[in-house]
Amino acid sequence: MLRFTVRRLLQLVPILLGLSVLLFAWLRALPGGPAQAALGERATPEDIEQYNRLFGLDQPIWIQYLRFLQRAVTLDFGNSTQYGRPVTEVFFERFPGTIELTLAAMVFAIGVGIPLGYVAARRYGSALDSASVVGSLLGVAVPVFFLAYLLRLLFAVELGWLPGSGRQDVRIDATRITNFYVLDGLLTREWDAAWDALLHLVLPALALGTIPLAIIVRITRASVLDVVNEDYVRTANAKGLSAATVRRRHVVRNALLPVSTTIGLQTGLLLSGAVLTETVFAFGGVGLALRDAITYRDFAILQGFILLLAVVYVLVNLLVDISYGVLDPRVRVR
Amino acid sequence: MSIEALPPAAPDRSAVPVLEVEELTVTFTRRGERPTRAVDGVSFSVAAGETIGLVGESGCGKSVTSLAVMGLLPRRGVQVGGSVRFNGAELIGAPDRTLRELRGADMAMVFQDPLSSLNPTVPIGTQVTEVLVEHRDMSGKRAVAEAADLLDRVGIPDPTRRLKEYPHQLSGGMRQRALIAMALACSPRLLIADEPTTALDVTIQAQILELLRELVVDTGTALVMITHDLGVVAGLCDRVHVMYAGKVIETADRHELFARPRQPYTGGLLASVPRLDAGRGTPLTPIRGSARDAIPWAEGCAFAPRCDNAQDDCLTEVAGSTVPLEYDGPGRELRCRHPLTYPRQTPAGAPSSGSTDSGSTSSGSTASGAGR
Repeated sequence: MLRFTVRRLLQLVPILLGLSVLLFAWLRALPGGPAQAALGERATPEDIEQYNRLFGLDQPIWIQYLRFLQRAVTLDFGNSTQYGRPVTEVFFERFPGTIELTLAAMVFAIGVGIPLGYVAARRYGSALDSASVVGSLLGVAVPVFFLAYLLRLLFAVELGWLPGSGRQDVRIDATRITNFYVLDGLLTREWDAAWDALLHLVLPALALGTIPLAIIVRITRASVLDVVNEDYVRTANAKGLSAATVRRRHVVRNALLPVSTTIGLQTGLLLSGAVLTETVFAFGGVGLALRDAITYRDFAILQGFILLLAVVYVLVNLLVDISYGVLDPRVRVR
Repeated sequence: MSIEALPPAAPDRSAVPVLEVEELTVTFTRRGERPTRAVDGVSFSVAAGETIGLVGESGCGKSVTSLAVMGLLPRRGVQVGGSVRFNGAELIGAPDRTLRELRGADMAMVFQDPLSSLNPTVPIGTQVTEVLVEHRDMSGKRAVAEAADLLDRVGIPDPTRRLKEYPHQLSGGMRQRALIAMALACSPRLLIADEPTTALDVTIQAQILELLRELVVDTGTALVMITHDLGVVAGLCDRVHVMYAGKVIETADRHELFARPRQPYTGGLLASVPRLDAGRGTPLTPIRGSARDAIPWAEGCAFAPRCDNAQDDCLTEVAGSTVPLEYDGPGRELRCRHPLTYPRQTPAGAPSSGSTDSGSTSSGSTASGAGR
């Protein structure tokens, strides 16, 4: 187990090196540059030159890369050209928002998806089953930004039931500790702030959770259909176990193995930033930060964020693999 | 200990059969397809301490029969008719709760493929104790101790360690023993074993059969062996029901059946078994075709297309009725118009072993049928 984990962590090194080279080359191939974006189209060449010197952008690209690498190993990705603050600082301000949003979206997707998939399978061929199949197809097919706008228009703008932008009402002066707004509210006992932050999560989470929900419904349904025909379920019934025990210990437990993989992969995906959803709801997570960074050619933010998100993605996948071993003794790593 | 030396487990065990199956029919219906009758009027009974065999090729309906008895067939798309009485109580149409209380406690089943029949993600121990928890109201340590005891009884060494292991960590024979331990957990009065040795290698097969034999002797359990293996029948069964295309076509005591098979199909089954004393190079004599060549019983004898003894009247049915299962001497029943017959001397090559008893005579059939 330990060796497996260490090996996987070591694999991170070549992944990050390769990614950083690609990133570096890609960013500098973009038309325009940070100076242009920051200073505007009327900036003089002198202004631009000075700006570039200030941020070390006048050096040859390989020197820039080596300097970047040298500092990156100490988690220093330089200063953002947009905010003038260290990239890591901005990241740890933004990432909690994305984590909160991801958790909310996955709670929705799992909480609705698994029961729905199970019931659809047990009522195979019924109207509910057909509806779940069609619905999950629709869920995957509808573009996220479209759904997000629709939700915002209906529930925030027209009905006014839920907040439609941001992570917190600006009128609430909440204390920040961890930058997890809901958690902060609970820690500081500012209940109204926690509740408000939670409400701000609802619509983005629904929009973001739809695709994982659709996938989870389909996989749960297919998996349950497989498992109920397994010999060991017949054995369990032959032992005269109660229907509830058969369901819990023998059907659901095995049916959830493939579902758990999907959940892990989807979580990793959402954690890497939901650019579209965060943009529609002006939700201050890493997705929105990445979008802004592209607009302003903020190389430092893009380099730092993308590399950090790659680390997160690999770690989440490692967790998925380890948890799979816990759930399924046959693939338990020694 | 051999079957003949079996001590009577109950005072009059033949009087009250543990299981009585009468005219059992199972029909599978699928939308857009013609219904298939997998089991077609099967009747048999088993008494305490008795072992019967249901024998036949794949697809003859023997497994479906056992699942119908246990009430384990899916509810949708399946019609079960006839009667299954367990200790005199009717099971067909009984509520699900009643069946669940009986299953695992009074009637248990051992399946064919021990690996796929065990839950891969649950430790062996839990899979044994769950039966004890469900039916014997045991809990915690007592159930674990009893489970270890059960594993020990079926010959699994180091049972306490095995309880914590998962099915994939056990060998094939060990898994089947574990399944048998689960089936025995509540000392059932009826045990159905559906080809319990098919997935195992020969030495393990012998051990498992010995285990089942001891069980019948020790506890007086009624045992239904479902098998296509005539070796298993020879070693274990008191009475044998040969099935073909959903019907019983011949019933006899074990010795009678091996000495003088009457149905050409039974004769064919016996002739298909390789024999050590047949001499090298002697070709095996398989039955022609496959079970898929069977014709519907309504059109005559289902085995007729593959039968060497078949005559015209086997295929032309009188008044739409099937070939009946009829009395064929003491303890025997037969469904055949032109059975194999035996003169006073056993014909050379017949799969019998020195029986001098005269076979029953049936008119108009060839005596050489058995040898083929």
